[in-house]
Amino acid sequence: MKSSVITFPGSNCDRDMDVALKKFGFKNKMVWHADAELPKSDLVVLPGGFSYGDYLRCGSMASKSKIMQSVINFANSGGMVMGICNGFQILVETGLVPGVLLRNKYLEFICKNVFVKINDKKNKYFKNVDNDVLELHIAHNEGNYFCTDDQLKEIKDNNQIAINYCDENGKIEDQFNPNGSLKNIAGIFNKEKNVLGMMPHPERMIDTSLSGEDGSLFFKNLINNLK
Amino acid sequence: MKISVIITLKKDVLDPQGKVIHQTLDGMGFNDVKEVRQGKYFEIDTKETNNDKAKAKVEEMCKKLLANLVIENYKIIDPK
Repeated sequence: MKSSVITFPGSNCDRDMDVALKKFGFKNKMVWHADAELPKSDLVVLPGGFSYGDYLRCGSMASKSKIMQSVINFANSGGMVMGICNGFQILVETGLVPGVLLRNKYLEFICKNVFVKINDKKNKYFKNVDNDVLELHIAHNEGNYFCTDDQLKEIKDNNQIAINYCDENGKIEDQFNPNGSLKNIAGIFNKEKNVLGMMPHPERMIDTSLSGEDGSLFFKNLINNLK
Repeated sequence: MKISVIITLKKDVLDPQGKVIHQTLDGMGFNDVKEVRQGKYFEIDTKETNNDKAKAKVEEMCKKLLANLVIENYKIIDPK
């Protein structure tokens, strides 16, 4: 399986993602934002970081960079595109997934482990993951998911919510919402479910001695689903 | 020609920064403030000399980059 990780000026989780993808069997290529052509890929990842210094709105500049037109075309033709953290912010700015990511409710940068509940497994990202709840890491200042009432209705009707913040038993409540996200939303799909944007970093959970293994579950499963 | 744009958050979008500014103003003794909403201001100096054309271009910039229409409104201020 071939993957591509896009590096924008200010990306800082691109190499972590490279390590994670390779660990679980992807042949990964790093792609510079100013390139026009996307290498042949089964998966494209927009990594976390602070692209363009988060100027204007997080992800807004990166969403207009040269490579993004190829990424958008790839996604629109059914290609798998995953945006993590800043990558999720870039995805909402392209319009590939609905909504926006606002400043965290209590105006603080949040860096901690959280639990998320998988809401939908009828997609290539989460199909066959045994667990319903994953422990992953978040590190962001703008992760407060918001969308209009009309968009929310559409998202619910199409079952586009990928993961919700919850407790270790999968209980989705306000008290387990770290950043004020609407309906505890931590990740969301496009309608066709080939595009996934999420705030948590699975690439930071691939080593028991450093963190945890729930990211490993995600990547192992992902590559199997793509085969 | 210089054209100015003001971007504001839509009414029902939470503005935590505006809230904190409001609280701080309150603490400083400015007690009659009802609400504070924070926005953005841009000054765009363009080569275009035709007023209408320049405004139309800036409007396109607002829609495509400067504002996110899910949460923000924009207002173009007429050049003097």
